[in-house]
Amino acid sequence: MPIALLHFALALVLSPMLLSLTHRTKAFFAGRQGAPWLQPYFELGRLLRKGAVFSTTTSWVFQVAPALGLAAAMAALTLLPFAGHRAIIAFPGDLLLFSGLLALWRFAAILAALDTGSSLEGMGASREAALSALGEPALILALGAIARQTGQLSLSGMLPALTVQTWNQAWPVLALLLVTLALVYLAENGRVPFDDPTTHLELTMIHEVMILDSSGPDLAFIEYAAALKLWILGALMAAILAPVSPLPEAPALLLALAGMAGVAIATGVTESVMARSRLNRLPKVLGTASILVAVALLLIQR
Amino acid sequence: MTWIFAAMAVWSLLGLAPLAARSARRAGDFGIAVTLLGAALAAVPVVLTLAGRPPAAFSHPWAVPYGSLAFALDGLSAFFMVPLLLLTSLGAIFGWKYWQHEDGPIGPTWLFYNLLIASMVAVLCARNGVLFLVAWETMALVSFFLVTSHAGDVEVRKAGWIYLIATHLGSVFLLPMFVTLGQAGTSLDFDHLAAPGTLAPATAAIVFVLAVLGFGSKAGFLPMHVWLPEAHPAAPSPVSAVMSGVMIKLGIYGILRVLLLLGAPAAWWGWLLVGIGLASGVFGVLMALAQHDLKRLLAYSSVENIGIIAMGIGVGIIGLASGQTLVAILGFAGALWHVVNHALFKGLLFLGAGAIQHATGTRQLDRLGGLLKTMPRTGVAVLVGSAAISGLPPLNGFASEFAIFLGALVGATTPSRSGLAGLLVVAAGLALIGGLATACFAKAFGVVFLGVPRSDAVEGAHDPGAAMLWPLGILAGTCALLGLGAPLLLPALLPAISLLTGLPAAMASAQLHFLWRSLIAVEATILILAILFFALYAVRSRWLAARPVSRAVTWDCGFGGATARMQYSSAAFAMPLISAFSAVVASHGEVTGLSALFPREGSWSGHSGDIFKAALSRGFGALQRILRRFRRLQNGNLQVYVLYIALTMLVLLVWKLGI
Amino acid sequence: MVTQALLILLILTCLSLLGSSRLSAYIRIVALQGLLLGALTLAVHAKSLSTDIVLLALGSTIIKSLVVPRMLARAIREADVRTAARPFLGYGGSLVAGMLLLPVALWLGWHLTLPHPVAGGLVVPVSLYAMFIGLFLIAGRQQALTQILGYLVLENGIYAFGVALLVDYPLWVELAILLDLLGAVLVMGVILFDINRDFDHIDTSRLSALKD
Repeated sequence: MPIALLHFALALVLSPMLLSLTHRTKAFFAGRQGAPWLQPYFELGRLLRKGAVFSTTTSWVFQVAPALGLAAAMAALTLLPFAGHRAIIAFPGDLLLFSGLLALWRFAAILAALDTGSSLEGMGASREAALSALGEPALILALGAIARQTGQLSLSGMLPALTVQTWNQAWPVLALLLVTLALVYLAENGRVPFDDPTTHLELTMIHEVMILDSSGPDLAFIEYAAALKLWILGALMAAILAPVSPLPEAPALLLALAGMAGVAIATGVTESVMARSRLNRLPKVLGTASILVAVALLLIQR
Repeated sequence: MTWIFAAMAVWSLLGLAPLAARSARRAGDFGIAVTLLGAALAAVPVVLTLAGRPPAAFSHPWAVPYGSLAFALDGLSAFFMVPLLLLTSLGAIFGWKYWQHEDGPIGPTWLFYNLLIASMVAVLCARNGVLFLVAWETMALVSFFLVTSHAGDVEVRKAGWIYLIATHLGSVFLLPMFVTLGQAGTSLDFDHLAAPGTLAPATAAIVFVLAVLGFGSKAGFLPMHVWLPEAHPAAPSPVSAVMSGVMIKLGIYGILRVLLLLGAPAAWWGWLLVGIGLASGVFGVLMALAQHDLKRLLAYSSVENIGIIAMGIGVGIIGLASGQTLVAILGFAGALWHVVNHALFKGLLFLGAGAIQHATGTRQLDRLGGLLKTMPRTGVAVLVGSAAISGLPPLNGFASEFAIFLGALVGATTPSRSGLAGLLVVAAGLALIGGLATACFAKAFGVVFLGVPRSDAVEGAHDPGAAMLWPLGILAGTCALLGLGAPLLLPALLPAISLLTGLPAAMASAQLHFLWRSLIAVEATILILAILFFALYAVRSRWLAARPVSRAVTWDCGFGGATARMQYSSAAFAMPLISAFSAVVASHGEVTGLSALFPREGSWSGHSGDIFKAALSRGFGALQRILRRFRRLQNGNLQVYVLYIALTMLVLLVWKLGI
Repeated sequence: MVTQALLILLILTCLSLLGSSRLSAYIRIVALQGLLLGALTLAVHAKSLSTDIVLLALGSTIIKSLVVPRMLARAIREADVRTAARPFLGYGGSLVAGMLLLPVALWLGWHLTLPHPVAGGLVVPVSLYAMFIGLFLIAGRQQALTQILGYLVLENGIYAFGVALLVDYPLWVELAILLDLLGAVLVMGVILFDINRDFDHIDTSRLSALKD
């Protein structure tokens, strides 16, 4: 339990660092120096110290949603095992609660966006709803496939059960799952090719356009929750990418962190070499993500 | 059983009282008194049975052939009685004031409402095939009269006919089903039908398929769902709530009852139900997403939830057939529980839709908006219902879907049974349906209650009076309670589950403990969520209280001329998903008026058709063309009819004597 | 393991054929399949590599992933069609159908009793799957060119099946089929070119107008 709490705290502290790592990677590819390493923390701190401006159109929904979203993201974090160690809470079927909490976060964000009555934010909300509806089955299928492979019913059971041995036995399956989770990760976090987090206003298609009217601590909550989501979904990939199981605590933690860094850097590389895809192609991409797991599942049937 | 008979007598005999009332007000008073009195009487044995009392039974010989007048109340019936009594009572309280504003006599409406309750209770308690069918038909007829209570409207009459035809087509399958069962037994009494497990596999399969067709058409399985989106919007809101929340569940009850009569199921029955459930679920929620009429949206969403229940039963059957009792228990538990949950939140949402229609005079999503400011209490209740029906934690929809999901996951990870890995389809299906439902109800709530009003229909809207608000509040509270107190409610499922799985109650209870432990952990996580949320919100509010907080217009990119019509509409919100699933949702949009380089006015109209309705109407069209040839036989000439009768008698006589 | 990875990639190329709409993408994917099949030939026979097999792998790769794609690319350039393979069933629908065919192929492949020992568990199902997809493309797409491509995918499946049989003679049969195919594609290319010149389109569903 203390180790799980330590991992929880580590995630809370380090998750904005993933953003920084991705930014730095992109800066490297663009030949820029890039923002300071602690820039995301500075931004959060600044927003937390500010006052706020609320739209006259909005109701209490708009004020409640950011706190609810952040709370949901943090609650999802309590279910997430890290570095081969079980999470704070683990029980059979916790993967559905995990995805349910992410859905709750999304529901709050969509309603807050619709509460402003802005056409731009409505647009973002609509796209968020569409993409996540297609991403959710891919995520559940991928986790279900891991459950099937490892014979475990909870996240804390199945992710640490992935070892180097599993890679040896069934690496094509794990590779397919990794691709699926990567697609879900990119879509849920609004990264290229699904969305471009660096642009603002109507150029941005999904995530940024939903929070145009948010300000002050609320905006800080939203941004921080987004960073946590990067960590949460990234950790699923890192668990497959860098199986730590037989290692002792300290090296396992280092390897897991290296895996997280690897995911963040890979995101940066993807964003540097790819353009944003056309919106109407995205459902197909996410559908493909589900199909990849289905192929993987059929393969482990034998 | 005495209590139940007393309740049925109250509903059907005292139910006549509203007809005699002189004023609409008095009729309402009589009506609601009858409903509540009956419900109170019937609740006594239901509670006792769920608490573990052995099932009550009553049997008396009667003049009707093939068996006796047999009633009983066992765990399964009692379980279905709970949502029935709760929702009909709350619907009556809502209708008490709702119907007062109706023009035309409301006495008959109250009579039919109470008769509907009586017939539904009779369906649940009937233990004889003939009795069951009579109750079933009464239920169908009475609800037909309720659907067409606004019979002045052409659309309503049309919807009524569609409903009547659909429900009778369903009954066509039930009669041969009971006959097949009865042939192998001694009479049509459920106790004397073929003993469970004794039917030949092929015969059992035929009975099961007939049950799925007959009861499925009432429940709203794809493609027999077409009557739901017609009948539910046409009926008054309390009736829609009862029909969608309870009546269609009797189709589910029928399938479960037949399963009990048949005994050990085959695995493919389960896979069939999983397939039907998946198709109904995904199609229902996609069609719901495409709707612009609030009650139509809710009707399609019923198809979705029936799909979820069917998947749960399917998981249960697969578990039984493969000997995985834990899978079976989780599947049946989830399905039964979702029956109650859906009754609660769908009842809540239909009553909420009634309150909105009552206040604004419209159900068109794109004419509403910003109602949360004018109808704050209705808004909160509908928000709870929307979140619950989307399967979001911590509400009740999540809890029941969790049970089904867990059943599928346990089955899929059973090492020795590789075929069960197909159950992951259920897990993925639940996730897809959940995601789409979130989109659908975020849209419905967002467009109706958030933003700014899209038309002047919203002006002057206000929360309804206490009699209409209380049912909403109670239902919303129950949704939250059944979500948060989920582990406490598992014992209520026990009698029905031990019947369905054939396990002794103690063993079923031990297995159910597995679900209980998981649910406790879910509640622990929810507790963390709640603490975090309140802490974060308190901190934020405290900070903001000490800082400059101002109000401004919504950011419009400096345009300055934004109007309410520029908000994202319900059609626009649904567009990305609808176009991604264009293969199953036939959606057409038409733009008019945008011609010159600087168009002034343009308009867009969109329509999403139901491909199954189109296919069915093509089928019926073909049938009609064939049957038209026989119209010559029915020429209205009395002499010819007498001739028919004589000929028939002659043929019968010859046939009887000849063989 | 290498064999398995190649076969999975083959499944994925089949699925991506169903999901894409550009003719040039089709040709690239079919070329990639040729490359995969060449590698597969070597991987399956890695333990008993002979000159024959290396030659076959080399030859088939050259024909499947260089010669034929070149010719097809030239054909679409001259016929001036780039996109719009206009399927009867939409791309999403095709993908779902393709997905449903996969378990069928796996089941068939695993339950088929063959007169000869076969390599690995997946080769036969995947070759069946490629044949299904080829037939699906022929049946489900309208353009003459996509039908040729479907034919190529079908042949790829047959080739994989030949590779799966761990005996020598099918290789020669296979080579003969390959040459047949080359001839067929040549003929079709010429016909395609002529149809296009005469009718300004290569839509097969409209060609039936000629049936009288």
